[in-house]
Amino acid sequence: MFYDDEENEWDRLNKTSWNGLGLTDPVKSVEDKWLLLPAFLKVKGLVKQHIDSFNYFVDVDLKNIVKANNKITSDVDPRFWLKYVDINVGFPDRNEMETVEKKVTPHECRLRDTTYSAPIIVTIQYTRGKNIVQRNVNIGRLPIMLRSNKCVLTGRTEAQLARMSECPLDPGGYFVVKGTEKVILVQEQLSKNRIIVETDNVKGVVQASCTSSTHGGLKSKTYVATKKGRIYLRHNSIHEDLPIVIALKALGVQSDKEILLLTAGNTEAYKIAFSANLEDAAKLGIFTRQQALEYIGTRVKVNRRVVGPRRPAWEEALEALATIVLAHVPVNGLDLRPKAIFVATMTRRVLMAMNDENMVDDRDYVGNKRLELAGQLLALLFEDLFKTYNSNLKSAIDKVLKKPSRTTEFDAYNTMQFQGDHLTAGFVRAISTGNWSLKRFKMERAGVTHVLSRLSFISALGMMTRISSQFEKTRKVSGPRALQPSQWGVLCPSDTPEGEACGLVKNLALMTHITTDVEEEPIIQLAFMLGVEDIRLATGTEIYGPNTFVVNVNGTIIGLIRHPMRFVSQFRKLRRARRFSEFVSIYVNHHHRTVHIASDGGRICRPMIIVEHGRSKVTPEHATYLKDGTATFDDFLRKGVVEYLDVNEENDTYIALYESDITPHTTHLEIEPFTLLGAVAGLIPYPHHNQSPRNTYQCAMGKQAIGAIGYNQFNRIDTLLYLSVYPQQPMVKTKTIELIGYDKLPAGQNATVAVMSYSGYDIEDALILNKASLDRGYGRCQVLRKNATLIRKYPNGTYDRLADAPVDENGMTAKRYDIIQPDGLAGVGERVDPGDIYVNKQSPTNASDNSFTGQAASVPYKNTPLTYKSPVAGYIDKVMVTDTENEQTLIKVLIRQTRRPELGDKFSSRHGQKGVCGLIVNQEDMPFNDQGINPDTIMNPHGFPSRMTVGKMIELLAGKAGVLTGKLQYGTAFGGSKVEDMSRILIENGFSYAGKDMLTSGITGEPLEAYVYFGPIYYQKLKHMVMDKMHARARGPRATLTRQPTEGRSREGGLRLGEMERDCLIGYGATQLLLERLMISSDIFEVNACQECGLMGYNGWCTYCKSSKKMASLTIPYAAKLLFQELMAMNVVPRLILDDAS
Amino acid sequence: MSTDFNPRRLVQVGAERVSNVSSTDFPGHYPGEDHSWNLQEFRRDLRVEIQRLSNRSIEFDLVGVDASIANAFRRIMIAEVPTICIELVYIWNNTSVIADEVLSHRLGLVPLNVDPALMQFKANLDSATDHNTIVFELDITCTRNPGAPKASENPDELYINHEVLSGHLRWKPAGDQLTVFEGLPAPGPTNPNIVLAKLRPGQSVRMELHAIKGVGKDHAKFSPVATASYRLLPHIKIKKSIPPSLSEKFQKCFSPGVVKIDSRTGSASVDENNVRKDSVSREVLRHPEFVDSVELSRVRDYFLFNVESEGAYTPERLLPEALKVMREKISIIKNATQALKAQIEGTGSGDVDMVDT
Repeated sequence: MFYDDEENEWDRLNKTSWNGLGLTDPVKSVEDKWLLLPAFLKVKGLVKQHIDSFNYFVDVDLKNIVKANNKITSDVDPRFWLKYVDINVGFPDRNEMETVEKKVTPHECRLRDTTYSAPIIVTIQYTRGKNIVQRNVNIGRLPIMLRSNKCVLTGRTEAQLARMSECPLDPGGYFVVKGTEKVILVQEQLSKNRIIVETDNVKGVVQASCTSSTHGGLKSKTYVATKKGRIYLRHNSIHEDLPIVIALKALGVQSDKEILLLTAGNTEAYKIAFSANLEDAAKLGIFTRQQALEYIGTRVKVNRRVVGPRRPAWEEALEALATIVLAHVPVNGLDLRPKAIFVATMTRRVLMAMNDENMVDDRDYVGNKRLELAGQLLALLFEDLFKTYNSNLKSAIDKVLKKPSRTTEFDAYNTMQFQGDHLTAGFVRAISTGNWSLKRFKMERAGVTHVLSRLSFISALGMMTRISSQFEKTRKVSGPRALQPSQWGVLCPSDTPEGEACGLVKNLALMTHITTDVEEEPIIQLAFMLGVEDIRLATGTEIYGPNTFVVNVNGTIIGLIRHPMRFVSQFRKLRRARRFSEFVSIYVNHHHRTVHIASDGGRICRPMIIVEHGRSKVTPEHATYLKDGTATFDDFLRKGVVEYLDVNEENDTYIALYESDITPHTTHLEIEPFTLLGAVAGLIPYPHHNQSPRNTYQCAMGKQAIGAIGYNQFNRIDTLLYLSVYPQQPMVKTKTIELIGYDKLPAGQNATVAVMSYSGYDIEDALILNKASLDRGYGRCQVLRKNATLIRKYPNGTYDRLADAPVDENGMTAKRYDIIQPDGLAGVGERVDPGDIYVNKQSPTNASDNSFTGQAASVPYKNTPLTYKSPVAGYIDKVMVTDTENEQTLIKVLIRQTRRPELGDKFSSRHGQKGVCGLIVNQEDMPFNDQGINPDTIMNPHGFPSRMTVGKMIELLAGKAGVLTGKLQYGTAFGGSKVEDMSRILIENGFSYAGKDMLTSGITGEPLEAYVYFGPIYYQKLKHMVMDKMHARARGPRATLTRQPTEGRSREGGLRLGEMERDCLIGYGATQLLLERLMISSDIFEVNACQECGLMGYNGWCTYCKSSKKMASLTIPYAAKLLFQELMAMNVVPRLILDDAS
Repeated sequence: MSTDFNPRRLVQVGAERVSNVSSTDFPGHYPGEDHSWNLQEFRRDLRVEIQRLSNRSIEFDLVGVDASIANAFRRIMIAEVPTICIELVYIWNNTSVIADEVLSHRLGLVPLNVDPALMQFKANLDSATDHNTIVFELDITCTRNPGAPKASENPDELYINHEVLSGHLRWKPAGDQLTVFEGLPAPGPTNPNIVLAKLRPGQSVRMELHAIKGVGKDHAKFSPVATASYRLLPHIKIKKSIPPSLSEKFQKCFSPGVVKIDSRTGSASVDENNVRKDSVSREVLRHPEFVDSVELSRVRDYFLFNVESEGAYTPERLLPEALKVMREKISIIKNATQALKAQIEGTGSGDVDMVDT
């Protein structure tokens, strides 16, 4: 029996399973861990940063701002007060009276040129007579971000979205303001409240700077810098640089010994470097705090509006030090100790950098950056507007209360009703112009918002992930533009524009998340609980003692820890247990001997799988949960299997790229390597085989590709809309393509490409197209253009009208009125030829005067029709008649052109290989293979050697294999279908392993002497088409002022012979040609000039000499004559000295 | 079938290049040999053999002509054999999501079963007559199906007429077209199931379509073939016998059936009856063990045609039609040369008499 048991035990260990596995089975790797990515995107979405930030603003920040400015009192009546109790934002509704259906959809706003906004409702308490009343008041309207908490689209099914004419693949995250879609781009900034040490090698200056930013929005920058070997404190509110010792003394550290300990500690080198500063203070005779304050007080900038009694200098100094200098360091009462320690720390950092160049910080390090999102910008805007609103309200209330006798009891509610739409107008103005000029916060920014580009689905998506930098574009600095190693995984290395904004405009990677503010008070409490000692109790010896680390929370020093590693790991354990927000990060800086805890908003972070004891915490089981859809990404976070790491915390980790790379030291595992690319770069198949600039070029070009832009594309009336007639999903997909939905809204077609030279019309990247393919619909696209007009009502009572086509005496209508229907609008589906009228609008001629008698019949009208100007006919696609928010009738006419590719149209593959169509060849002239397949496109092989786009070759191979097996292949970055497998498929199907086919010339009928690389490549048609660019003129309009030909295609302008061309003609000596080009064909003018006085006259008469005797006629450019006259107008007399006049 | 071809007839298929692609049997190329064109020899060598014929396609061998002649047939079949296609679309109403131009384009691409021989070309300024135009009508409105199952999400059940199909085209006979097409299938699409547009309740399409005669070089829709192409007969010559251990690998280097393995000796040999099946993937040239043991080539004047008909023509009619077009072209040239000759001899004006003989 005992024996039996033992055997069973042994059997159990040996054979049976633990979770189906025996002891000897190999440890499985999690093949499907990439499923975490779709799970992540499901909860987070592609533009979650924007939406999270906006939600935080509406739900949290708005209330905080109101709480900080919640009371209005009157200077007139001390008994009166008004208090904001609460603030809430409703759901978007129609801001019009007498509407039955209040709900509004974003699409209606787009079509009707209105703003998608929701009312802001505040709950107020105020005194009315002797009572205290509580009421709800609407104080304005807030534009609502699409797909945010307050948006009607959030949480809807596809069918519900379809009913609202909304595309389920649209990411949201933008605003609809006055009918245009506006994005608030992510702004990159240096992080606030952190010390940054820099050196200037030219001047030999080392400085530590800190931009303080408190929640009140006040910003100031404090420097601790060296100057001639001494250290000074510099701040905008102080005229002169303060010797650091004086500053520290003023902050309450009186003893020189203590100052030395706080700054230099026990390090001999620092002591020597610092000692001179102590001597300086002594030389100036400043020993006590009072002396220091007096010294500073005389140097503080005082800007006091209220003229009161002058305060003593030391008081001024104390106030400045307590409130303005390093404003973010909390001051309790007048306890300036934390601030003193902060200044001392800054000084120490300067000393460290003086001693060791490596201690200088890197401004371009992503961990030192913060991203500012829509929510933060709107919060600032709201605070500014709200404060102005309150002061306006206060003065309005004062005005009423000032009146000595009132008939009715004063009700502040009524005053609030008459406050106008200051908030609404402020929001709309800021978002639609992009100008954030908030004097109160010294903020003056232009170009914050941009119109969402709807050229293609990818361009819209690419815009939502864009980050703009605050650096000047014109400066030729390489530092901020360079690719930073710390960008790994959070910012896309490929997606950046070329040219002046290169490297300054960046894009988020696929899994990047941007944090919002997390309350820091509980975090600080927790830190104390875990053994942090309060900094106020510490002296220099302790702070810089061995084994002690300084603990910072969001840049402020809170205390010391004597066992930093244990502290950090305990802190992380609590975070993984979800005791506080998963977005709080903690890391150790060994150089500075500090522990940093960050809970502020705008940090860039990304999720990673936790590895413990050399094993990934995500198991194959977890992957099955994801497959069934029984687990969400949040479950993984809650289980402590996955966590977010910000860029700083990443430095404390050892991340394995693949499961096979895990060593005992590994702490984390990457979810998927391809997430290091962004959404736009994710479209490129096999990008890891391409030369890197090619991927960058493709990122720019993918945004210009014509395709499908959304499921609601036929319901949209945009200024300019490019649509592909037959878009196809690519044969070679990537996982990113599936995740972002590019396979559902593609922009391109799978063209069969032969890589060979043909006809010589394919040099310089030109492409040859097959005419039969074009006949069958390849590359066909539609261009839809909006034309809008208002049927206005004028202040004098007259109004515009629509009229039917005028009839001549024979009862016939002119050709250009052909398509006008009796309502004065063109019929839908009608062809519009150049010059045709499609909206026959008429305007009153007396719209601006007061001659209107009230009789409509007596109003004289003039024609103000909309005329079709394009040289190519179009078709009326849609006509919309609606009215705007201010009751004006709005007419939008959408005109469509369907275009087939022609010579000069631009195409590109997904590998930065663009080219224009150089020749269109009949099908029978195209080469064909043994199956009789003709290429759609012939590409010249010279495009390959210098570009090194090997990814394109593999795409062709994978595409060909896919076509043969009837499956889509994958070209995902750092993965994808393998070339060996693709070659095997080709061989199995009777093709050459190399993808090269034996072709027969369509012209001679003989085989081609070389094998030709032949197969499908995904080609995009780009928006640049010759039809929109082609331009030439022989004669045409001239500018009125100069009588020179006009400029630009749109004005039918001339082709300029510029100064460089002119230089060529001068150099060659072609004088007659010069004369012809610059004068005769331009602005030739006959002028009469007097040989006597040298001035110009007219009709052979000199008005100056009052004579016609010595007049001569000469030919000059009109611009020259104009110059003379303009000079005369400036009291400069140009005289023509005529030599050889006859 | 003869195994050995004159080496001069072979196009060498190398690992990285194709050589001897052009024919050399013209006078003066080989010293001392007479290669002037000879009708007897041409007659002897010329062969046309049909290999396979189905409703929609034909495979035939054309042997003994120069590539230029075979290619001319191919080109003519693609671009110059006329067919009837919808060219003019008069839209009375189109409330579908698909734009007028796009729908018209799709209609144009629908292959019609009208024999072009029964119709005349319509020049640009000609007015439409019963001899040059066939009129179709398309009138379809989508409605809800009152009898649809409640929970259904299938558009086939929910709606009536939710797809505009090529089969919805209705022929409107004009003039004496009824008599001309008597006994023939009524003009209409060759395939009635081509989806032209999708509709939803309330949407309708009403239009009149005019089909005319045209050629493929004008627009691909007029091409009577899906494709017409040829390849050259593969020729495989084993120079060194393949060791039996490698014969299976050798066999796999070719399309199935091309190489047979003797079950007794295990030696590989080319099945002469099946060489045509080889796709000439050159796989065998990739393996070092087969270097120098095999020579791949193709026969320069042995064309394996494959023609897929997609219109009114039965596949076997396409080559004769192409010949007809070609003869017309030749007669034009013949007339022109004769007129030129007459002018040189001083008996004519040099103007070509364009009347067909």
